[in-house]
Amino acid sequence: MTERYELQCRECRTSVGNRPSAVCEECYSPLEVNYDYDDVRTCLTREVIARRAPGIWRYRELLPVPDGYEATLPIGSTPLVSAPHLARELRSRRLLLKNDCFCFPTLSFKDRVVAMALAQARRFGFDVVGCASTGNLANAVAAQAAHAGLRACVLIPADLEAAKVINTQVYGARLVRVAGNYDQVNRLCSQIADSYHWGFVNVNLRAYYSEGSKTVGYEIAEQLGWRLPDNIVVPMAGGSLITKIKKAFDELVKVGLVEPKPVKFFGAQATGCSPISTAVKAGRADFEPQKPNTVARSLAIGNPADGHYAIKTITGTGGAAEDVSDKEVVDAMQLLAATEGVFAETAGGVTVGVAKKLFAHGRISPDETTVLCITGNGLKTVEALNGRLELPDPIPAKLASFQEHIADEAEAVAV
Amino acid sequence: MSIQVHISTPLRKHTSGAGQISCNAGSLPELLGQLGQSYPELQRHICDEQGQLRRFLNVYVNEEDIRFLGGSEYHFRDGDEVLLIPSIAGGCLS
Repeated sequence: MTERYELQCRECRTSVGNRPSAVCEECYSPLEVNYDYDDVRTCLTREVIARRAPGIWRYRELLPVPDGYEATLPIGSTPLVSAPHLARELRSRRLLLKNDCFCFPTLSFKDRVVAMALAQARRFGFDVVGCASTGNLANAVAAQAAHAGLRACVLIPADLEAAKVINTQVYGARLVRVAGNYDQVNRLCSQIADSYHWGFVNVNLRAYYSEGSKTVGYEIAEQLGWRLPDNIVVPMAGGSLITKIKKAFDELVKVGLVEPKPVKFFGAQATGCSPISTAVKAGRADFEPQKPNTVARSLAIGNPADGHYAIKTITGTGGAAEDVSDKEVVDAMQLLAATEGVFAETAGGVTVGVAKKLFAHGRISPDETTVLCITGNGLKTVEALNGRLELPDPIPAKLASFQEHIADEAEAVAV
Repeated sequence: MSIQVHISTPLRKHTSGAGQISCNAGSLPELLGQLGQSYPELQRHICDEQGQLRRFLNVYVNEEDIRFLGGSEYHFRDGDEVLLIPSIAGGCLS
């Protein structure tokens, strides 16, 4: 290995150095980043990390950051907070939320992965970056490209939520709406990346990009006092996040930052797009693609690129996968907001809804430490709450009108 | 009957650079067999030891994933446009 890290085939283990391609030319399986862990072990200690500024870059020896790359955006270091009221509802005794609703700059965990991809886009000399996106990634690419002085071209399914469209266009990105679902957009992007010299963050830069998801795992471990949780519940779209959190935990053990400990991985999907959870529940090693139909559009990937590895991660750790209906998704969004003051997007509703089901079915032990990954902000998917919240009629600006208006609560609050 | 097979860039190093191939295969297994006869190297790379298409290669017929059409059972029709592409392809510059 001539650099600190290089790409290696996940299946045939052929090493290919560093290049803007995510596919092995021997067996056409995905490439992933491999590191010199002996080297990392000697230079990355808890003390070194503690001295660094908050954010994903504090773990840079375990990330594909080009030598000399000056990272400026304070991405990551999102809260890991105890959720006692939600825990009571779910019948858990120790429940925590890893809350990426507040990730900088675009309020989802996708800011982490885009940071990696754009660092590499510079290195490979791309002037234009792009992506196929269900929304959050589009926002992150558009914002970080603007900051980096790169042009962005973002392809999305035409039916995305308004906030996700506006949060892409406002940064000056070129937005291409495709009449089709994410899987069709993704296939088109693969063909475009074949013909244009562009850096598609989740196509030809995917191997680097996906490494950014590991920072969710590093942060959870560090925030738990350099310990691993017993269980983690992760929403699944393409299936990458759950596999990368597993990789992060394994790496922390490998380089001596945490003690080895079995962690069970639980995957969450919406029933309307559940190729991974369906396969896990049926005991199959591979998924059947689906045509997505769910309110959780950020998870609406019917042909998940890392589905095979997500299944392996779940079954190999003794975890489970589950899925919930659209009604359960929105119920869980409201439950999370009302119990913990966290307004997550629909994917958060999927995670909480699935966690509720897993606790109810006894699949997660209530006495163990369980982390729920909340990956995006609810302000991006307000449409999901249409019909759930009633807008009250305005009242005259008079004390008597107010008293009449809240008569049902008055007895309880009168002083 | 004739179908058009589009070969994505990462696969072309095993087709002597050919990006488009016409053939008369009636199904996916027949197509893999015909490609194997014309380009033995390609078959070695895209098929596993059992002759099945490797897990991370996708086949689209007229832009629809062949798995939604019946997979190996699907009978190609005259004029079908078939795309053979790795699941995370694109941008290979080698």
